[in-house]
Amino acid sequence: MKLKALESHLQEVEVFSDPKVQFEQYPTSAHLAARIAYMAETTYGDLTDKAVADLGCGCGMLSIAAGIMGAGLLYGFDIDDDALEIAQGNLETFELEMELVRVNVVAGRLLEEEAARTEKKEGGPRQAGGKPANVAASSAAQDIALDRIAPPLARFAKQFDTVIMNPPFGTKPGNRGIDMAFLRVALGLARTAVYSLHKSSTRDYILQRAAAWGAKGTVLAQLRFDVPQMYKFHKRASVDVEVDLWRFELGD
Amino acid sequence: MRLLTHNMLQCHVKKCTDPALNFPLQLQDIELEQVETEENEDLLLNLINKVDYNALTTTAAQLGLVGLPNAIPKDPQADPAFMTRLHEVLLETNITQGKMACRGCGHVYTIKDGIPNMLLAEHEI
Repeated sequence: MKLKALESHLQEVEVFSDPKVQFEQYPTSAHLAARIAYMAETTYGDLTDKAVADLGCGCGMLSIAAGIMGAGLLYGFDIDDDALEIAQGNLETFELEMELVRVNVVAGRLLEEEAARTEKKEGGPRQAGGKPANVAASSAAQDIALDRIAPPLARFAKQFDTVIMNPPFGTKPGNRGIDMAFLRVALGLARTAVYSLHKSSTRDYILQRAAAWGAKGTVLAQLRFDVPQMYKFHKRASVDVEVDLWRFELGD
Repeated sequence: MRLLTHNMLQCHVKKCTDPALNFPLQLQDIELEQVETEENEDLLLNLINKVDYNALTTTAAQLGLVGLPNAIPKDPQADPAFMTRLHEVLLETNITQGKMACRGCGHVYTIKDGIPNMLLAEHEI
């Protein structure tokens, strides 16, 4: 499958008809999804015949891209039943098999924990360079233990080769830290690699936290994420947000 | 929802912590559908180590799905009949509608159009 062909297939994916602001439902474009899936497969071999999960799958753009690239087993997790219904329609269109589960990926204390950390990072003085990494070494494994941080997904721990996701960016005040909470869960689900999009402004922080969770993060590309005017609080017609495409590699 | 997914879902109501009871969830009033998919040996071998095989055979028996041995063969790869039956039960047997009840706290999770709903109310988390 050529990149151009993949992108043109993905144009057929139906997206949110009525996006919900509380879930930060910005659809992933066909252009972006095609590039992520194409790179994941051609550069790293992370999709074909692999078990792949999409956290906050929404209408399934990324997972469908992974499916077209030959994923052997596909799971999509999302909180919103309207999005899941659209995803299901898309799967029929593309004749792909994917398991959908309605679940709050970041339920309970996890989100509070990450929100508190994020506020501390933004409000307080900068941490000295070596400190977070040291915290890491001792508590990494426990930090991403799903039975503790994401009880509904406990039995999915390390069940997937690859997690591919476009998490909420946590820009809505009530969603602070949600991007990091998603990443933490993703690292608990994956054996090999996690692909994720995060605002470029948080790059250093993400690198540190990922290391603390036992993953080596690499920014594969910086992209401009076109957020069209879908919600009333957007003053301009379209806003470009600087976003990093990350690949996190997990050791054994 | 495939039986594989049922094998991964457990009750996560906060006060429900007895691992002997919060898994597997008890299937009720379900509709089944067989959906043929391609057998992938590597994927299946990987899953063998991940599924709770006792829970799987218990559930399969309740659903009247026969043909799975009580224990995983020592060398599953050398047993194509087992691999095929496991593939059919785990990956081709789909639950389209129904309920999953927790044997610990009684919470009922619904399955609608093949999608299990694992959301809980605030006070249950």
